[in-house]
Amino acid sequence: MNAIFVLEQLLNGLGYGLMLFLLAAGLTLVFGIMDTMNLAHGSLYMAGAYLAARVHQSSGSFIGAVLIAMAATVAIAGVLEILIVRRLYPRGHLAQVVATFGLILIADDAVKAIWGPSPVLAPTPAALAGPVRLLANLPYPAYRLVLLGVGLLVALGVGLLVNHTRVGMLVRAGASNRAMAEFMGVRVGRVFSFVFTLGAALAALAGALMGPISAVQIGMGEAILIPALVVIVVGGIGSVRGAFVAALLVGLVDIAGRAFLPPLLRAVLPPALAADLGPALAGIAMYVLMAAVLILKPAGLFPARA
Amino acid sequence: MTPTPSRTARVFPWALLAALALFPLLAPIFGLDYYVGFVRHGLIVTIAATSLNFILGYGGMAALGQAGFIGVGAYTVVALVEAGFTSAWGAWAAAFGVSAAVAAAIGVVSLRTRGVYFLMITLAFAAMLHHLGVSLRIWGGDDGYGLYAPLDLGMGLGDAQGRTLYWVVLALAALLFAFLNRVAVSRFGYALRGIRDNETCMEALGYPVQWIKFAAFVAAGAVAGLAGALLACHNRFVSPSLMHWTESATLLVIVVIGGLGRRWGAPLGAAVWLTLTETLKLYTEYWRWPLGLLLILIVFLAPRGLAALVEDPGETA
Repeated sequence: MNAIFVLEQLLNGLGYGLMLFLLAAGLTLVFGIMDTMNLAHGSLYMAGAYLAARVHQSSGSFIGAVLIAMAATVAIAGVLEILIVRRLYPRGHLAQVVATFGLILIADDAVKAIWGPSPVLAPTPAALAGPVRLLANLPYPAYRLVLLGVGLLVALGVGLLVNHTRVGMLVRAGASNRAMAEFMGVRVGRVFSFVFTLGAALAALAGALMGPISAVQIGMGEAILIPALVVIVVGGIGSVRGAFVAALLVGLVDIAGRAFLPPLLRAVLPPALAADLGPALAGIAMYVLMAAVLILKPAGLFPARA
Repeated sequence: MTPTPSRTARVFPWALLAALALFPLLAPIFGLDYYVGFVRHGLIVTIAATSLNFILGYGGMAALGQAGFIGVGAYTVVALVEAGFTSAWGAWAAAFGVSAAVAAAIGVVSLRTRGVYFLMITLAFAAMLHHLGVSLRIWGGDDGYGLYAPLDLGMGLGDAQGRTLYWVVLALAALLFAFLNRVAVSRFGYALRGIRDNETCMEALGYPVQWIKFAAFVAAGAVAGLAGALLACHNRFVSPSLMHWTESATLLVIVVIGGLGRRWGAPLGAAVWLTLTETLKLYTEYWRWPLGLLLILIVFLAPRGLAALVEDPGETA
């Protein structure tokens, strides 16, 4: 383990964290404003990944594929919002969990019917396939670098939107006190529809970008949902800033657990034990982080509601 | 306070128990041998769902990590078998105890939170257990662990398999179902419902709110662990997928479609869900979406669950 390796892993963690943020931003706002638990958020991520992979393969344009995947996912989310999600706002969390779990089952079968049960190949765009020399002895995949850049830009954009625009003000008002915002004349329902589709666009973007460096397969939405939920709980439900900090924290903790823990354990424990214990501890690192945060601050790091 | 149950309501549980007890004897006559295993699995799921209904329906604790305890119970059996242990009752008791201990540890942290935070922290703990299961290569890791020889029931009952295991599972399911439903109408049960409806009020009345919630959570975890141990013997195979969060979600779905906080909610939900899954799988490989549609319809059309449609009004929570 040397400085180069550490730097490389930190960049990986940052990239993963930014992608988690794209997912968590929509989730935390939907939750914060309408108190609605949407388990199917991961399915929108899956939709983005599949659509982008498909369009990229047939058209050859990666940017076009990402944009089309986002647009199509937003359209799907809009229909879902009108047909189902809108009717779930006034219901309890359990009803929301059950109905959106139903959506997951439907989405998984829909993807299976369209693309078949096996994973699809999401190629890395040809122009970004090679490595970039960040330092003399640190080659880093160009694609991951672009991922970092896009993630940072979008995070900045979402931050500006929420903190410095009129729409963002309405969003924050709805998140911190929905009843009061409604009372003051904010059409919270409309704000929510906007936030829900924005969240869908970000989820689709995350899916499209993650496609080439992860497996595009059925169940990918269910797998990524849990880290995303960890992020919004650690950050404080409803807080975009909290989601950003928590996403980077979770991304770094997860990568650090995977990359640094096993060699450290090997250094101090017998090899057989270290081989078993390393991956186990690495996998649960982010949950330990979450439990620790909730013990100290049961409403997360940046509670949106005072 | 409880109105006298009608004649049907008094006779029904016994008739159901008798029918289930006779089923393995009658099944071969009608060529339904396969379904003995199916019903056995259903009874085990009912035990797990009943444990969740206890804390979710009566206690208002929306736990989305019940499958984690099922996994702890199942892996306890694996650990004991790996160590050369063969007694079924011993393994099941150990699974019960270990799950109770794990539930206590998780409960201490989780019960500090409420509502959705509770839902997510239980989910996270179950995900943690799932990861542990995937990583522990001594017990097969991701590939799972096969239990080749059945455990020994002792007392002249022989191996824990086939019809014997069916009857043992039925007896345990009936006892646990009766016991948890008895607790639900005890002082403890009413206190639990009081906490569900108004925690502050119960606190003001002097009830040890946190202790009551903790006790209920640990009991439910232990029962789910027992269900996991039975499931290990039923499948003769244990893998981390038992603990995947979608399994917890399925249990929750079973309880909600059956009827939250209703006596027959868990068994009814399990019966409907498993029968539908089995039937749909028979006809199509796309068996998930009809179930998804059903969930959405139930949320909008029968939000109080199926048991609410058939139960005596006197049995509402």
